Amino acid sequence: MKQYTNVLDRPISKGKQEVSLSGFAFLFSELVQYNQTQVDNIAELERRLEDAGYAVGTRILELLCHREKGNRRETRLLGILSFVHSTVWKVLFGKVADSLEKGTEHEDEYMISEKELLVNRFISIPKDMGAFNCGAFVAGIVRGVLDNAGFPAVVSAHFVPVDGQQRPRTTILIKFAEEVLQREARLG
Amino acid sequence: MAAIYSLYIINKSGGLIFYKDYGSAGRMDTNDSLRLASLWHSMHAISQQLSPVSGCSGIELLQADTFDLHCFQSLTGTKFFVVCEPGTHHMEDLLKNIYELYTDYVLKNPFYEMEMPIRCELFDVNLAQAVQKDRVALLGR
Repeated sequence: MKQYTNVLDRPISKGKQEVSLSGFAFLFSELVQYNQTQVDNIAELERRLEDAGYAVGTRILELLCHREKGNRRETRLLGILSFVHSTVWKVLFGKVADSLEKGTEHEDEYMISEKELLVNRFISIPKDMGAFNCGAFVAGIVRGVLDNAGFPAVVSAHFVPVDGQQRPRTTILIKFAEEVLQREARLG
Repeated sequence: MAAIYSLYIINKSGGLIFYKDYGSAGRMDTNDSLRLASLWHSMHAISQQLSPVSGCSGIELLQADTFDLHCFQSLTGTKFFVVCEPGTHHMEDLLKNIYELYTDYVLKNPFYEMEMPIRCELFDVNLAQAVQKDRVALLGR
C-alpha cells in the first residue's frame, strides 16, 4: 500500500460499510442515558438528542456529497429529499427508508417513515415518558443535512400507530421554512 | 397444556426483577414469588459451597414430583429459572434464548436501570413469542 505522509492527500476510502449493531446500540443507549442526566424535562432531552444528530448530519452531508455525488450537492427540494431518503439512509442504516411522502394537509410538510428505526430497535419507552421518541436523534441528522444544504427546516420524530401492527412506526416529519418554498416556486 | 409454569429472573443480590406466570398450575402471589426467588438465590449459593467437586457453578436442575426447576446463571450473576412440567426437555435452550432477549431488549434499553425490576415492552413482546415458539416446537416433537 502506498504511504501518504499528509492525511489530506489520502483518498477517502469507502471503508468498511458495517459496524456492530450491539456496539452501536450500547453507545446510543449511553448517549441517551448521559443526556438524561443533564436535563430535567423530556422536551429538553429531545432537543439535546436532536442537537447531537445535527452534528452528524452536517458531517454526513459533506462526506456524501464528496464520496457519492462527485462534489455536487442537490439544490432542489425533491432532489435533496430523495438524497436523504436513499443515499443518506443507505449509508447510515444499510437500506433506503420505507417511504417518503408529502404531507396531505400542508404544502411545506414531508414525511419519511420507517417501520422499525434502527436506533429504536432495542428501546422501549416507559409509559410515563409519553410520546417521547429516540428517533429525535435521526430527526436531528435529517435537519443537519437539510440545513447545511440550504434547506432550513423543522424536523421531528413521531410514533404513528399502524393498523394490524403491534408496534407503531416512526415518522420523521419535515417542515420546511417559508423561504425554501418561495425559492422553489421561483425556480419553477 | 403448558410445559412451562413460570419464569423468574433474579439479580445478583437475589432480588426478583422479573416474574411471569404461564398456565394455571403453580400460580403464586407477589409475596410468594419474591420469597421463592430469594430462597432460590440462597440455595444456589449454598449448593456451590457444599459441592464435593471444585468449580461447581450451582444447581442447574431441581427435580421434584410435580415440577422441574431449570436454572441458568449468567456470568454476571443474574439468574434465570423456569419451573416446568416434570421431564420437559430443551429448557436449557429456552433459558439461553431468554438470556439473549434480556441482553438485547433490557440491557440495551437506555431507560432500564440495572438491578431494578424489568419493565420493557419489547422484552415482554419478544419473550411471549419465544415461549409460544417453544410450545409449538414441543407439540411437534
